[in-house]
Amino acid sequence: MRLEPIANPGIARTLIPPALAIATTVVIASLLAMIAGANPFGVLGLILKGAAGSKFALLETLNRATPLIFTGLSVAVAFRARLWNIGAEAQLYAGALVVAVLGTGMLQWPPGLLLPGLAILAMIAGALVLLIPALLKVRFGVDEVVTTLLFNFIFLLFVSMLLEGALKDPMGMGWPKSARLIPEARLPRIIDGLRLHWGFGLALISAVVIWIIQARTTLGYEIRAVGLNRNAASFAGIPVNRVLIKTALLSGGLAALAGYSEVAGLKGSLTLDLSPGFGYTGIIVAMLALLNPLAVIAAALFVAGIFVGADSMSRAVGVPTYLADIMLATALLLMVLAILLTRFRVVRE
Amino acid sequence: MTAKSEAQVVLRLNSITKTFGALTANDAVSLSLHKGEVIALLGENGAGKTTLMNILFGQYTADSGTVEVMGRTLPPGNPRAALDAGVGMVHQHFTLAEGMTVLENVTLGTRSLWSLGMDRAAARARIARLAADFRLSVNPDARVGALTVGERQRVEILKALYRDARILILDEPTAVLTPQETDDLFETLRKAVALGLSIVFISHKLHEVMAISDRVLILRHGKLVHEGRTADTDRHDLAARMVGSEVAAPKVALGVPGPALMRLDAVSTPDIGNAPGLKSLTLDLRAGQITGLAGVSGNGQAALAGLIGGRRSPASGTLMLNGETPPHWSPRTAVHNGIARIPEDRHKTGTIADFNLTENAILECYTDPPHSTRGWMHWQRAEEFTQEIITKYDVRCPGPTTRIRLLSGGNMQKLILGRVLEASPHIILANQPVRGLDIGAVNYVHERLLEARDRGAAVLLISEDLDEIMALSDVIHVISEGRLSPAFARGSMTPAELGVWMAGHGFETERAHAS
Amino acid sequence: MDLFDILLSASFWTAAIRIASPLIFATLGELICERAGILNLGIEGIMVAGAFAGWMAVYSGVDLWTGVAVAFVVGAAFGLIHGVLTVPFGLSQHVVGLGVTLLATSLTYYAYRLALPEVTSPPKIDAFQPYEVPLLSDIPLIGPALFAQTPLTYLAFALVAVVSLVLYRTPLGLALRAAGENPAAVAAQGLSVTGLRVGAVAVGSGLMAVGGAFLTMSAFDSFFFEMVNGRGWICIALVVFGAWRPGKALLGAILFAAFDALQIRIQQTPLGANVPYQVFLMMPYFLSILALIVMSRRAEVPAALMVPFNKGER
Repeated sequence: MRLEPIANPGIARTLIPPALAIATTVVIASLLAMIAGANPFGVLGLILKGAAGSKFALLETLNRATPLIFTGLSVAVAFRARLWNIGAEAQLYAGALVVAVLGTGMLQWPPGLLLPGLAILAMIAGALVLLIPALLKVRFGVDEVVTTLLFNFIFLLFVSMLLEGALKDPMGMGWPKSARLIPEARLPRIIDGLRLHWGFGLALISAVVIWIIQARTTLGYEIRAVGLNRNAASFAGIPVNRVLIKTALLSGGLAALAGYSEVAGLKGSLTLDLSPGFGYTGIIVAMLALLNPLAVIAAALFVAGIFVGADSMSRAVGVPTYLADIMLATALLLMVLAILLTRFRVVRE
Repeated sequence: MTAKSEAQVVLRLNSITKTFGALTANDAVSLSLHKGEVIALLGENGAGKTTLMNILFGQYTADSGTVEVMGRTLPPGNPRAALDAGVGMVHQHFTLAEGMTVLENVTLGTRSLWSLGMDRAAARARIARLAADFRLSVNPDARVGALTVGERQRVEILKALYRDARILILDEPTAVLTPQETDDLFETLRKAVALGLSIVFISHKLHEVMAISDRVLILRHGKLVHEGRTADTDRHDLAARMVGSEVAAPKVALGVPGPALMRLDAVSTPDIGNAPGLKSLTLDLRAGQITGLAGVSGNGQAALAGLIGGRRSPASGTLMLNGETPPHWSPRTAVHNGIARIPEDRHKTGTIADFNLTENAILECYTDPPHSTRGWMHWQRAEEFTQEIITKYDVRCPGPTTRIRLLSGGNMQKLILGRVLEASPHIILANQPVRGLDIGAVNYVHERLLEARDRGAAVLLISEDLDEIMALSDVIHVISEGRLSPAFARGSMTPAELGVWMAGHGFETERAHAS
Repeated sequence: MDLFDILLSASFWTAAIRIASPLIFATLGELICERAGILNLGIEGIMVAGAFAGWMAVYSGVDLWTGVAVAFVVGAAFGLIHGVLTVPFGLSQHVVGLGVTLLATSLTYYAYRLALPEVTSPPKIDAFQPYEVPLLSDIPLIGPALFAQTPLTYLAFALVAVVSLVLYRTPLGLALRAAGENPAAVAAQGLSVTGLRVGAVAVGSGLMAVGGAFLTMSAFDSFFFEMVNGRGWICIALVVFGAWRPGKALLGAILFAAFDALQIRIQQTPLGANVPYQVFLMMPYFLSILALIVMSRRAEVPAALMVPFNKGER
C-alpha cells in the first residue's frame, strides 16, 4: 500500500474518519465493559451521565479539565516546534512545589500580589525544569524524549524526599504531605458557592493567550517554522536553537501552572498523588486538539469527562476505571490515524 | 552501433497509462527494446520518463497496460519480479546505504532472507569478476559513504549486474559525473552491450544521447511523441521535438565586471562528515559578473554556499564585504547585507512545504517592517507583499494563502526568486538554481540572473551541469576537494579541460608549489 | 573499605546480573526496532503487559516456558499495532509509541482487575529457580554471578549472541540494518521495507515483553502495579549507550545493573542510612541521562531512524 495526498479533501473526507475513530473507540469500550459483566449499551450513557449529568458532575469535570488544559497547552506549544516534551509531569510538580513552599506564609507579599507572584514563580520553576533537557538537546544533541521522561521519575522522587523531610507537615499525622497554604495564597472561587476556582479561568485565558502568540507574533511564526522544517528555518536565518529554548521555557511554564492551580485552587497542600498523570494525559489532550490552543480546551473537557464519567460508571456497575485510560489510548491512536486519512488516500500497490 | 531490429525483443511496454490525481504522467506509452540495443528515452523534467521506468521496475503500478520481459508479462507493482526477470535499475538518486560496505550493498536481498550464512568469499569473488569484465573497479570492503559519486554509481551498476541483469535502466546517469567519468561509464555500457545486455538510457543531454544510443524515444507531457534511429536525426531536431517548439535559450553577452563586492581570502572551513570543507580558498565576486563554480557534487560546494549564505564562518582566513569584515556572520547578517540566496534544495531548504506562500515569502524578512513590528505580525501587509511577488514573477498559484506544497517546482522556484530578488541584492548566491526544472522555467531563471548581473549584482552560480556553467558564466572556477582552481575566462577552456580539474588534477602542482 | 568488600562479594555480582537480565531482553528488543529504523516508545507499556501476561498464564496453570511464550506473543501483538501505525501509515513514532504504552498499561491493569477483582495482595506463582551449572558455578566470584542464575537469565545472554549473529552474519540481518540505514536501498533490491520494519518491531516488542515477564517470573513471583517503573525508558537510553550494538548494549546493561545493585547496598551501610533513600533511587535515572550525554557525540545512529518510508514519494 501507498499513501497519496489529496489536494482538496471534501467535507465527507474531513469528517468521516474522525467520526469513525470515535465510534470505534466507543464500540471497543462497550465490548470491554461487556467482558466485565456490564450491559454494553448502557456504558456510554453512564459515562456521559457521570461526566455531565448533574451540576456536581459537571463541576467535577471542569475541575478535572483545569490542569489538563494547562498540560495540554504545554505539550501543544512544545510539539508545534517538534520539541518532544514528555516531562509535563515533572514541570507540574515544580510549579506545585513553589506554591507549597512559598504559599505557606513564607512569602509575605500583599494579597493582591501574592497569587500573581506565586504564578510567575511557579512558571519560572517549571520553565527551568524543562530548560535542562532543552539545553542538553541543543548543546549535545541528546534526545529530549528520554531525558524529559527520566526527569519525571527524578523529580517525583525529589518531591517525595522533601515531603518526607523538610516539607513534611507536622500536623499531617505522619502522612507525607506539605503544610496547608495560607488563605491569601488560595485561588478564590469564580462564583460563590460553586466548587470551581479561578484556576479554570486562568486556564481559559492561557489558551487564548497562547493562541494569539501562535497566530499573531513573530515567536509563534518562528515556532511553527522550526517545527515544520528545521532545516529551512535555519537556512532562512531563524535562530532555531534560541526558538527551541524559548519554546521550552513557555511549555515548562504552562505545565507548572497546572501544579500551581491544583495546589492553590483545589488541594491547598502538596501530596505525592497530586497528579494522577496529568502531564502524560496532556499529550493526549494536545494530540486530540491537533495542537490547536483553543481546541485544547474542548479536548481537555472531553478527556476530563471520560475520566470523571468512568469513575462514576465504575462505581455504578463495577467496571474497572481503567476503562477510561483504555478509551483515551484507543481514541489517541485511532485519531492520529483518522487525521492522516483526512489528508491522504490509501492506494493499493 | 547498429540498430538490431531483427534481434530478439527483450522488453516490451504495451500502452502504459498512469495518472496521479489530475496529472497524466504516462499516456498509452508503448516501446520495445532488443537484445544488445541501447535506446535513449528523452524528455523534459516532468515528461514522465522516471514514472515510466518506475512502472517497468514495479515500483509503481500502471493504471492500464502491461510490461513484458523476455516475452513474459510481469506482475504489476512487484520490483522483485522485475529483478528476477533480469531488469536492473540505476536510479538517479542512488539507493545505497551509506553506512554499509560495498559488498553489503551489492549482496543485499540477493539471498533468501531465511538462509543462515552470507558466503562473503563467493560474493567477493563474483564482484571481482564483474568488476574486471565491465571495468567497474571498486573496493568491496569500502564504506559507501566514503566513496566518490562516480564510484557510487559503479556500485549501483554492480548491484544490477550481480543479480544477472539483462536489461539495464539508467536514469540520468551522467548528471553527477565529470566528463571523464562519463566516458568511463560509456565504456562500461559498450562492454555490457557487447556481452548481450540491453540498455535504456534516460537523459536530457542531447550530445550524450547522440553518442551512446541506437534509437531515440521522446516523451512529452506523458506521451510518446517520437521514435526513430539515432543516426537519422540530429541534436536540433531532438531538442525541438522534446520541447514541442523551438525554445531559444537567452542570449548571453559578457558582463562588465566592476569592483569585488565579496572577497574570500585564504578561507578554510572544517570538513563535516564526508563533506569536505574549504582548503585555503581565495575568491572574488565582482559586480556585474557571473562567476560559475563547476565541480562534482560533494567537493566543497556546500561549504562555500554555507559560508557565503551565512550558515558557516571561516575557521581561518577572512571574508570581506565591500572591503570590511562583518562582525557577526549569520544568515540574517548575510541577508541584511544584500546577499540573495537561492538554495540548492528548494523543497527541503528553500521552502516549508506546509506553510502557505505568504509564510514562505517572508521567511527571511519577517522580523522587518512592514511584515512585523515589535514582535507582532502584520499578515495583511505580508500578504500584499506576496501578491506583488506572485504578479511580478509570474508564480502560477490560486493565491497567497495556498500551501506551497501544491505548487510545481518551477513556480516554487519563482517564489524563491521573488523573495530574494525583490530586495535588489548586491550579491546573488545561486546554488543549483534550475535543477529539476523544465526548459521554460530554466530560461526564466537564467534571464532573471542575467538581468540582475546587468544591473550590477555579483552572481555566484554553482551547478553540476557543466553546460549551464559554460553558457552563463563570465569566469569559471572549478572546485575539487574544497580547493579552488584559478579563474578561467568564458570560452578559454573545453569541457574536457575543465573535467581534468573537476577530477582533482592540476591542483597538486599548486600545492607542491606552496609547500 | 566497604566499597571493595561489596565489589568483591559474589552476592553483589549475582544481584547485578539478575537486575541486568530484564534490561538485556528489553534493550535487545528496542535495539532490533531501532536498527530497522523504528523508535518504539511502547516499550514501557509492553514490558508491563509482558510482566502480567506471563505471570497470569502461569497462574492459570500453564508451565513457565509457555508463560514466557505467552508474554512474547502479547508483546508482539502490541508491537504489531505500533508497527502498522508507524510503518505503512508513517505516523509519528513518538505519539504512537506513547499511545501504545498507555494502551498496553491500561489494558493490563483492566485485565488484572477483571481477573482478580477482590484481592488485596496479588497471588504468587512458582517462579523460575536458579540453576547452578555444574563445575562452572564453583568458580569464585564469576561462578555464582554468571552460572547460578535462573534459566531466563541464561536465555538473555544467549539472545545477545543470537541477535548479534543474525544482525551481522545473515542476509536477514543485513536487510534489517539496511532498512534502518536507507529503506530506498531495500526497496530497490525487491525487498519489502514494510515487512522488514513491522516484523522487526513485532519481534523486538516480544523481547521487551519477555523482559517484563522476567520481573514476575524470575526476579519476583508476583505482579504489582508500577513494577516496571521506568525500566523501559532506561532501556532506550541503554540502546544509545550501546551505540546500537548488542554486545555493547549488554555491557551497558551490566554496568548499569551493577551500579543499581551497588546503591542498594550502600543504602544499607551506616553512611547510606543518613541519606534519604530517594537519592539512591534517583541514581539510575541520572546515570541514564549521563550515559546519553556522554554517548550523544560518538554514537552512529541508524541513518533512517524515525524516517518514515513511503514508496510513492517522489
